[in-house]
Amino acid sequence: MVARVRGQLMVPAGAIVLALLVGAVIIILTSPLATGGFDPTLPLVTYWAIIQGSLLSVNGLIDTLVSATPLILVGLSVGFCFKAGLFNIGGQGQFLTGAVTAAAVGGVLSGAPPFIAAPIAILAAMAMGAVYGLIPGFLKAFTGAHEVVTTIMLNYIAIQLVAFLIQGPLRAEGSSFARSADVGNSAIPVIINMAGGHQAHLGIIFPFIAAAIIWWVLYRTTIGFEIRTVGANPDAARYAGMRPRLLIVLAMSVAGLLGGLAGASEILGVSGYMPAAYSTNVGFDAITVALLGRVHPLGIVFAGLLLGAMRAGAGLMQIQAGVPVQMIDVLQGVILFFLAADIVVRRVFRIHAAAGGVEELSTVTGTYGGKTTVSQP
Amino acid sequence: MTAEAAPTAPSAAVIAPALEMRGITKRYPGVLANDHIDLSIAPGEIHALLGENGAGKTTLMNVLYGLATPDEGQILLDGQEVRIAGPSDAIARGISMVHQHFMLVPVLTVAENILLGAETMANPIFLDRAEARRRILELGQRFGFDIDPDEKVGRLSVGWQQRVEILKALYRQARVLVLDEPTAVLTPQETTDIFAVLRRLKDEGHSIIFISHKLYEVLEIADRITVIRRGRVVGERLPSRTDEDDLAELMVGREVQLTVDRGESHPAEVALSVEHLSIKNDRGRETVQDLTFEVRKGEIFGIAGVAGNGQDELVESLTGLRRPAGGRIMLDGVDVTHEGTRELHERGVSYVPADRHRFGLVLSFPLTDNLVLTDYYAAPYARGPIRDDAAIRVRAVEAIEQFDVRTPSPDVAAGTLSGGNQQKLIVAREFGRELRLLVLDQPTRGLDVGSVEFIHRQTIKKRDAGTAVLLVSAELDEVLELSDRIGVIYRGRLVAVLDGRMAEREQVGLLMATGGREAPPTPSGGAREGVA
Repeated sequence: MVARVRGQLMVPAGAIVLALLVGAVIIILTSPLATGGFDPTLPLVTYWAIIQGSLLSVNGLIDTLVSATPLILVGLSVGFCFKAGLFNIGGQGQFLTGAVTAAAVGGVLSGAPPFIAAPIAILAAMAMGAVYGLIPGFLKAFTGAHEVVTTIMLNYIAIQLVAFLIQGPLRAEGSSFARSADVGNSAIPVIINMAGGHQAHLGIIFPFIAAAIIWWVLYRTTIGFEIRTVGANPDAARYAGMRPRLLIVLAMSVAGLLGGLAGASEILGVSGYMPAAYSTNVGFDAITVALLGRVHPLGIVFAGLLLGAMRAGAGLMQIQAGVPVQMIDVLQGVILFFLAADIVVRRVFRIHAAAGGVEELSTVTGTYGGKTTVSQP
Repeated sequence: MTAEAAPTAPSAAVIAPALEMRGITKRYPGVLANDHIDLSIAPGEIHALLGENGAGKTTLMNVLYGLATPDEGQILLDGQEVRIAGPSDAIARGISMVHQHFMLVPVLTVAENILLGAETMANPIFLDRAEARRRILELGQRFGFDIDPDEKVGRLSVGWQQRVEILKALYRQARVLVLDEPTAVLTPQETTDIFAVLRRLKDEGHSIIFISHKLYEVLEIADRITVIRRGRVVGERLPSRTDEDDLAELMVGREVQLTVDRGESHPAEVALSVEHLSIKNDRGRETVQDLTFEVRKGEIFGIAGVAGNGQDELVESLTGLRRPAGGRIMLDGVDVTHEGTRELHERGVSYVPADRHRFGLVLSFPLTDNLVLTDYYAAPYARGPIRDDAAIRVRAVEAIEQFDVRTPSPDVAAGTLSGGNQQKLIVAREFGRELRLLVLDQPTRGLDVGSVEFIHRQTIKKRDAGTAVLLVSAELDEVLELSDRIGVIYRGRLVAVLDGRMAEREQVGLLMATGGREAPPTPSGGAREGVA
């Protein structure tokens, strides 16, 4: 058991280490732009600033948790789909659908009592997210349309849908730019409020609750066993009398629900309204989170916290080291690169395939091409 | 390919061996895969390497092919010690391997496949296709098989694909050919043909290592037989001075009953009744037509037929994976034609699928989960929607014990077990409950003698407990050995139903191949019960 967990940690840890090394090279090569000359110590300054800005102060920790919240939630969504053998690239669309629903319902209920308004807005967002996940799930199960293609298309549709709704029916009167009405009483209550605008809303506990529930469903229930079986071997699932089509629809709907919840927590917990040009990369960042977390709920929590910390520390990094915040995207991209090409990491650190669980390896790598297909009966 | 063709004298002992492996030892963590193995092969010898799965044959061949480095021992080619660095080095030294699963590209032609990795160039940029074609034709003629170098490999039968693999080796000027279970995928006729090719190769002075666990084939083709068990050479035999029982005992290390005594069967009332069943395949073609037969309780009904005559569709329909196009399936008097897998399972239908990796197991899951793959949702393994891991574990430990599945723990992934143990795992799951109908599709394909014996015994036991057993197998011997009655399927129709104890191999083989159209007008003996 211990060896198994250690085996699971080796590749992600190796990917992070390699990414930090590659990042260090990039930072040194671009250091003339920041300091006027090559500075071999700049990577250390940079990484130290990220740690300081994210973990070594209450404000930093608050920012870390707040930035990690959507990453973990959508990461769980992507991870849940991986377990079912599906590659959900639709996190962005599901997030946006939930966000705009939360903005709309929240705006309408802005005068209602807070204890009623916020839960209704959140549940509505989750429901809409689930519907938005159900569409590609249904298409996959009953027409064979590949979820990678359909979820990407649905992302574009969601972006345009948000723009239309916020510029049109949901536009708040009297604002200088296109945005939805203030959510008022529908806002998720703030639980920690520090000086300087560092706030934590109650929604930061959502990812932890969601991760616990997802873990329980996957590993302790029969439906979770069915989902994992469909993901690992859809033919064996059919042989065992399971219903792969239904499970695919279900898995995509649960994924959409989590994305919707992430959207709601951002609108109701952080911004309080939704602009027409709301932009997010959370759907793609979440793929990194899910893979870095080895598609395990607990791993995804830690991976989300790590990426959240990098985002939280980016500001201080830019101030102290003069390295632009985009460096975080570079690091994240390099991590994803090494996770996808994990053979590189295995070579460098001499990790044997057997050290990792067989289950995780086959389901993660098997789904890049979308392994789960349902043959017609 | 020119100089080596000289020595052809059969007296292998006098001539210096073409290949000698001395004291090969290979350790893996916790396993001694090869323990001082000696093996010597003369020029123009077919040397059979016999052993159960996991005995160390594959390791030894990997050492020879440069895929594994031995911890001890030497390899000598023509008396010269060599160190083989890898497959390309092995090929350069004239050692070639024909794998059980062919390494061919179906969309390329025969010539293109043969050229892959050994390109004959006209100049640094372009292939010399004409020269390559000429050499392939010449090789084909020399070894007795006319092959069209321009045919796409995907259009060739399995038997011919294998010949392409052999040609590939010859094109690379192989002198030592390793054939890993070459007959596993072949029909009896194709096997005879390939044996003719191997004899031609032998006459030309090639040395062949023939890996198999089909004893009668080894006895037929080999000049010498080396038996390996648990990493050691346990015996060397000449085919003229041994027999199947002797070889099996050497392989397994104890006396084995090659033919399980099927005993008396006591068929009772009809359990499964198939009436005018027709089934379409995925492409909409009716591959099973108007099929009618019955299987009684306490009887094994074998279905013999060349693969692809509708057996797959029949089995899928009987187990709920495919909806029939017409006709009826009755189980204990109830119409179950349109019932799904789960309903049939709950009625007591168990199914051992032919492809255990694709259907029978989830290789990445632990044994525990695999042992409840079809029962996971029911008590005691689940209470409502919640799994009971303790109960699943209890069942797993019990089943592993009862069905002798060799595993370090019930928690290891099923994919880490050997083929025989994987099949025992499926048998444990499917046999270990109250049954009305047991459907076995190629239950012993690719298994070693010990596992085959075990599974056959368990099948007889189930029959004697009053289960109706339907056995579908492309291994004619298996059908003949176990079945109380044999139905021969040909192009989706049942062309004959024979008494399993009276049926003769040749007669069934002929029916399988021709559907009985060219069968003798008066069936010999009283073997033929009826013709559907």
